[in-house]
Amino acid sequence: MSNYVELSKLNKTYPSPKGPQVIVKDFDLNIQKGEFVTLIGHSGCGKSTVLSMLAGLNEITDGGIILAGRELSGAGPDRGVVFQSPSLLPWMTAFENVMLGVEQVFYTASKEERREIVEYYLTVVGLGDAMHKKPAELSQGMRQRVGIARAFALKPKMLLLDEPFGMLDSLTRYELQQVLIELWRKNKITALMVTHDVDEALFLSDRIVCMTDGPEAEVGDILHVNFPRPRERKAVMEHPDYYKLREHLIEFLEVHAHRKDSMTPVNSKPYPPVSAKTKEAELIPV
Amino acid sequence: MNENWLKKIDWLILPLIGAMVCIGLWHAVAGKKTYVLKTPASGLEEMHAGLVQALPNGEEVWKKVKPLVAEGKTEQVKSFANGTKIWEAVEPFVEEKRVGLIAALPNVGEAWQSSKPYIAEPFAKRGELDQGILRFTWLSLILVAKGYTLALLIGTPIGFFLGLSKSFTKMTDPIIQVLRPVSPLAWLPLGMVLFLGAGKNASELAALFTIAICAMWPTVLNTAVGVRAIPQDYLNVAKVLKLSRWKTLTKVMIPATLPYMFTGFRLSLGIAWLVIVAAEMLTGRPGVGGFLWQEYNALIYEHIILCILTIGIVGFALDRLMSVVERRFKTA
Ligand SMILES: Nc1ncnc2c1ncn2[C@@H]1O[C@H](COP(=O)(O)OP(=O)(O)OP(=O)(O)O)[C@@H](O)[C@H]1O
Ligand SMILES: [Mg+2]
Repeated sequence: MSNYVELSKLNKTYPSPKGPQVIVKDFDLNIQKGEFVTLIGHSGCGKSTVLSMLAGLNEITDGGIILAGRELSGAGPDRGVVFQSPSLLPWMTAFENVMLGVEQVFYTASKEERREIVEYYLTVVGLGDAMHKKPAELSQGMRQRVGIARAFALKPKMLLLDEPFGMLDSLTRYELQQVLIELWRKNKITALMVTHDVDEALFLSDRIVCMTDGPEAEVGDILHVNFPRPRERKAVMEHPDYYKLREHLIEFLEVHAHRKDSMTPVNSKPYPPVSAKTKEAELIPV
Repeated sequence: MNENWLKKIDWLILPLIGAMVCIGLWHAVAGKKTYVLKTPASGLEEMHAGLVQALPNGEEVWKKVKPLVAEGKTEQVKSFANGTKIWEAVEPFVEEKRVGLIAALPNVGEAWQSSKPYIAEPFAKRGELDQGILRFTWLSLILVAKGYTLALLIGTPIGFFLGLSKSFTKMTDPIIQVLRPVSPLAWLPLGMVLFLGAGKNASELAALFTIAICAMWPTVLNTAVGVRAIPQDYLNVAKVLKLSRWKTLTKVMIPATLPYMFTGFRLSLGIAWLVIVAAEMLTGRPGVGGFLWQEYNALIYEHIILCILTIGIVGFALDRLMSVVERRFKTA
């Protein structure tokens, strides 16, 4: 199977008071068409940096990205982005926010067709009744639903999500994960998502990419998640592999992310039991 | 209970008290007309005799008038004298005089009496420089509106460029900092020189020039700040959607900057209204400011107070109006 997205030898250097600092070094990642990949790693390691380079919002210092056979340059609506904050334009209604993008992408469609597209996606994310409200009148969760609708309505080649649910309470987060995964399955969009949440990563992804700590962060470990789809939260959590994978992730974030030289290959040896609760506490994003 | 009730209307009572104190102070220092006995005082007794001769009941009259005059009860003197038809008899012995801490300053009653025709017939036009107060205000407002529009039309784009381009900021910042503190009184003569060739319109053009150049700075600076403060998130949205430059400007940048722009617009309007008075004074154009200056020269000081109050009230009203508009855009 050929790679749909190829990130090769991706480097990012930021200027800092102490001279240029290499944040991301030789980041290599291939993503298949229709795959859902999550990027996980410690805060500040450079996850957002990688994602924003892919989105074209951040200049690539060195290396290159190929999407659907073409080298990327700059941002464009072929990549739908869902930001951590919903980033809706507050002077426009939910409908107008989504329409802004739809007009750009479907400029050949008739006005009526465009309206239908916008209404369809807003209804699918559960905002059928609130689509003509301004962001200020919507809850945080509803705003993020608009953000998701906006990204999907563009019919992008790829979906990029940077901790889209980071600011939500866990109940809303579960709901939106469900909304996201259903839309993703229906639209068969290739997706790359950044998250801090191990359970979220396990529930959503086909593959989880762990990044080592920065500076000079790179791909540390890749975990395949083979739970059958469509997934249901309860079934996933009761799957015999769930806790093994989960502990592997936590173990990685706890120990190996800090010492990339002493990496253990995936599943090569049993990990010592760790108390999930205490580990999780340390994973809470700062 | 009682206190609650008081608290509820203190928005009315407290400002009223403030105004009363102010008017009281004014009245305390203002001058007033009074009749004093003609000096030298030693001549009084002789004059008394003359008065008695002139009128049979003169002695009686004088007895009543003298204490009134001495106490400065001007109106009573007059009415009493008129009533008894002896004003002509009394007049030679008294003279009108202004007394008070600032004798030339008209007091509340005088200011009101003298201003009444201008307020009662606010749109009357008796002559080029003798018109109802609202008619003058209207003339001033038209001039301000023109100059202010000019200021916004020039100031807003400059502000946008300043916000967008660091090089442009570096290039123009020293110039702006130098021009900004220059008083309208200094700009006006330059305006007159610039529009010397315009003949009849020279004074209007000079006034417009002065208003525009003085009033545009808050718009320029606030717009620039607003553009710099556009959240990166919004610009990212524009980038991801590949909005055209025009769409980015109209759909993202301008709406995001509007609240700042309107703060600038409000401050600019305040300045424009300040400048108009100076501009009218120097050019002698009809308007509130021109009227004020003319009445000062004509020694009708009562009208100065009328003009000041009018200018203040109109300025206040304009500011309120703009802040209502401003608030509308803040919540948007
Ligand atoms: N514009 C910038 N200029 C300089 N340094 C930057 C810039 N943006 C990010 N960095 C640095 O690069 C590093 C990686 O940042 P990045 O935002 O990619 O981390 P992250 O993995 O997304 O973290 P988090 O999980 O907290 O969102 C951080 O140390 C940050 O300080
Ligand atoms: Mg981040």
